[in-house]
Amino acid sequence: MPKGILGRKLGMTQVFDDDGHLVPVTVVEAGPCVVVERRTRDKDGYTAVQLGLGELPDRKVTKPLGGQFARAKVSPVRILREIRVDDVSGYEVGQKVSADVFEPGDTVSVTGRSKGKGFAGGIRRHGFKRGPMAHGSKYHRAPGSLASRDAARVFKGRKLPGHLGAERVTVRGVKVLRVDPDKNLLILKGAVPGPRGGLLAIREIVTARSRKRV
Amino acid sequence: MDLIKLVEGQQMKAEVPEFRPGDTVRVSFKVVEGGRERLQPFEGIVIRRRGSGISETFTVRRVSYGVGVERTFPLHSPRLQGVSVLRRGDVRQSRLYYLRERTGKAARVKEQKR
Repeated sequence: MPKGILGRKLGMTQVFDDDGHLVPVTVVEAGPCVVVERRTRDKDGYTAVQLGLGELPDRKVTKPLGGQFARAKVSPVRILREIRVDDVSGYEVGQKVSADVFEPGDTVSVTGRSKGKGFAGGIRRHGFKRGPMAHGSKYHRAPGSLASRDAARVFKGRKLPGHLGAERVTVRGVKVLRVDPDKNLLILKGAVPGPRGGLLAIREIVTARSRKRV
Repeated sequence: MDLIKLVEGQQMKAEVPEFRPGDTVRVSFKVVEGGRERLQPFEGIVIRRRGSGISETFTVRRVSYGVGVERTFPLHSPRLQGVSVLRRGDVRQSRLYYLRERTGKAARVKEQKR
């Protein structure tokens, strides 16, 4: 059964590993989620499970969504996200998914929305080099030449200043260090995208090789 | 933040020895050498304590064979067996970096009167 869960980033700290080394970790409050719907190849053309997280007060449930919750016989949830799985047979609608779908030692992919950085220049956004700050130089942080004179136009995809961050980012190869099913906590090694409180989707690691095998 | 404190708390020591910058201490630290563990003592003056919670560390300085040696230990490390205070120092700074520029008699710390 392919694994996945929704959660919220609580923040970062450090823990000691088995060798006594202090390692950086992210604490994630994962689930408990509920399976609201299954996407099947016959009905939808692809396979996935739709997971729900949090609670939604009745006064905020819209009629279309309310119908979906009523059909699934689950209490309304605030957040709905689909997680692609190759086989939905391990999941039942209404089933609870808690943090213990993962074990310490698992490698996962974590998807979130990165922190918004606003309008950023070329140096911060694309890693451009800066010019000299002194000795008469007036070229400091500008993007420089955009193209050749020959081309007489700017090519599409030219890296320029613009909006940075607040986009979907997936970090792969994140190790699960600890799982606390009672408190719904996942302790992941290293950093994950987004601010504290940001929504995360944690899935079993997806690689080209693992896709082919199924 | 409470849940983060909880995660940290699981590995934190219930009791940490009381010591401050300026104190002369003996630190017992477990080291792994060729597959077996042994206790390695390190003795010197505490020149800094920094950080909070599980990330707190302290730095001990000693002059060994004429060479200044500084080691930084995580206070809550499971490898840290204990810190015993040999002498209480009377200092006015919290970071004793000035000791690095001094040698011999000038590099001493006054003992605290009780």
